[in-house]
Amino acid sequence: MSAPIVVYVPRDAAALAVEADAVAQAIERIADERGLSVQVVRNGSRGLLWLEPLVEVTTPAGRVAYGPVAPEDVAGLFDAGWLTGAEHPLHQGLTEEIPYLKQQERLTFARVGVTDPLSLHDYAAHGGLTGLKRALAMEPGHIIDEMVTSGLRGRGGAAFPTGIKWKTVAGSPSDQKYIVCNADEGDSGTFADRLLMEGDPYVLIEGMTIAGLAVGATYGYIYVRSEYPHAIETLEAAITRARTVGWLGNDVHGSGRRFDLEVRKGAGAYICGEETSLLESLEGKRGVVRAKPPLPAISGLFGKPTVINNVISLATVPIILAKGAAYYRDYGVGRSHGTLPFQLAGNLKQGGLVEKAFGLSLRDLLYEFGGGSASGRPLRAVQVGGPLGAYLPESQWDVPLDYEAYIQISAMIGHGGLVAFDDTVDMARMARYAMEFCAIESCGKCTPCRIGSTRGVETIDKIAAGGANPQQRAQQVHLLRDLCDTMMGGSLCALGGMAPYPVLSALNHFPQDFGIESSQPAAHAA
Amino acid sequence: MHQREAKSDLASSGGARGGKMALDAAQASATPAIAATARILAQLKDQPGPLLPVLHAVQHELGCIPAEAVQTIAEALNLSRAEVHGVITFYPHFRSEPAARHTLEVCRAESCQSMGGEHLAAHARAKLGCDFHASAPDGSFTLEPVYCLGLCAQSPAVMIDGQPHARVTPDKLDRLLARAQETTA
Ligand SMILES: Cc1cc2nc3c(=O)[nH]c(=O)nc-3n(C[C@H](O)[C@H](O)[C@H](O)COP(=O)(O)O)c2cc1C
Ligand code: SF4
Ligand code: FES
Repeated sequence: MSAPIVVYVPRDAAALAVEADAVAQAIERIADERGLSVQVVRNGSRGLLWLEPLVEVTTPAGRVAYGPVAPEDVAGLFDAGWLTGAEHPLHQGLTEEIPYLKQQERLTFARVGVTDPLSLHDYAAHGGLTGLKRALAMEPGHIIDEMVTSGLRGRGGAAFPTGIKWKTVAGSPSDQKYIVCNADEGDSGTFADRLLMEGDPYVLIEGMTIAGLAVGATYGYIYVRSEYPHAIETLEAAITRARTVGWLGNDVHGSGRRFDLEVRKGAGAYICGEETSLLESLEGKRGVVRAKPPLPAISGLFGKPTVINNVISLATVPIILAKGAAYYRDYGVGRSHGTLPFQLAGNLKQGGLVEKAFGLSLRDLLYEFGGGSASGRPLRAVQVGGPLGAYLPESQWDVPLDYEAYIQISAMIGHGGLVAFDDTVDMARMARYAMEFCAIESCGKCTPCRIGSTRGVETIDKIAAGGANPQQRAQQVHLLRDLCDTMMGGSLCALGGMAPYPVLSALNHFPQDFGIESSQPAAHAA
Repeated sequence: MHQREAKSDLASSGGARGGKMALDAAQASATPAIAATARILAQLKDQPGPLLPVLHAVQHELGCIPAEAVQTIAEALNLSRAEVHGVITFYPHFRSEPAARHTLEVCRAESCQSMGGEHLAAHARAKLGCDFHASAPDGSFTLEPVYCLGLCAQSPAVMIDGQPHARVTPDKLDRLLARAQETTA
């Protein structure tokens, strides 16, 4: 019998959510019935999420994609001869040639969707471990220098230079240090962390191991939100396998160096994405934000020096070490180096993950990649950077995606998630939701955030109920702006400090939705 | 035999009295919740920062974290009952009362809103005859809000008994709910 034809069916939560398991079963069953030799491999998702489940068939010309495949399509695909890459209404051509994928610059996500996420062999065969092997031969200080030179900034939101953070931890003497991976990913419109953890878990393990070598930490924790059961399962399986073959443990790759890690599960609190709140949660307490200083880099988990980084930051470390700092640094614009996995969500025809160098525009993402709105109506507003990010009107869609350029327009790139809304959106409602979200998720430590957000909801309700009285409405708008000022100035962390961004941007750019003519203050950005 | 009964009497009143109870005594408790909690504690309490893993394990086994487990946890971890209670109530994931036979979590965050998520939420409420954070009168489903499932590119999304579902319409939701009820009817 000839070698089986390999068919890939993603096992990522996004594919499972649209019946990928049933598709995989149907493929196996029908192949069996027809006496065809097929091997189904469950890969990660390529991130072309409107095509999920995106099934790929291996042909001599390369992997050919079909999608979105429903279980009931499978028999027809066999009839059409898909095992040789034949035409069919769901035929998408060679996967690598699909423009959405071809136009990307995949560095961090190079293997995601390509390999079997849990295969140690696939990982090593597709460039894995190159970075770690190089790091093992380097002085810790030299690893940190590479990170500093790469220009990598934290991908979890605050964009703080990763190398500098590591340097502080390295310079804090202690009998014990920790590497903590922030996998809380609570922002609406973001799923890159999940896609990576489910699609290429070893790259995160490799990145954390390199971080451990660089700063002298021997233990790590990955704090994953409880909403991600599949990511937790994949990571746990990967850690067990990595330990079995000596990629983790007391003798990492036979180097005599020690590094091990474990997964810890969150419990549904958004604020636990904030780094100090996350540490409290790991210690077994309520996730209440700590005042800084001391920085976690000096006194973090259990009072020990701790590197805390986002999933994507840590998963980008291996390629920086493998290809060298300069290679990574040369992508991007200004002080925004490298690539960012942008996440296209909301009302878009082609939602998904787009890893690209900084510097493209929102308009490119929305139309060239996203294909415009899913509803067919005009797009009106895009929230960038999660629930604390500003709503951008069309006049701002050409600003280059670059951390500094976004700060200039009172917006933030954050984790790189964007949520698009069509013209049926009511921006006063979205502003109300931002305040309500802050009220629900506040850790309760400071008054402006805890109480202010509740008052914010009430004030927006009064504006909406203002009826025919423009004067009363103007008064309430004034009050709302005051309140936003207080929250921005008086909150300990960015939950209370940035919730005003979506509110003020809605007010400034879409005043008509609040029943007011225009936004007053000159402070409002172009 | 006689001795064992005495032990379990001690154990079952131990929680209520707030007295110190050794973990092995608690493991032999006649109250299943206390016994299970003690077993979990014996396994997990010595790791650093054990409280969340313990609470997850207890809820996984018992379906919730019942009041009688709190005392056992507090004693084993050298915390006050108020501290443990404080942690349980801080995190939306933990519950003190058991949920219904099935759980429906509907995403209410922005991306899902942009694709009709609020309409879907209203449909779920009407269909189940209950509001969020409550259970349907027939005990079939508990309805919970969730703020993003990481399925935002295929909004709106829901989770049913831990299984994710994307691109959900009201019709599709009805089918999914019916299917969930069949599987464990
Ligand atoms: C309210 C709030 C929520 C946050 N949520 C996350 C999150 O889910 N994931 C994340 O990586 N960072 C989150 N952050 C940022 C972290 O505090 C921290 O800056 C980040 O984990 C550091 O890692 P990085 O330097 O690699 O970005 C959040 C911050 C705030 C204020
Ligand atoms: S701003 Fe809000 S979430 Fe942040 S520390 Fe203050 S109360 Fe807690
Ligand atoms: S906003 Fe609903 S899944 Fe992310």
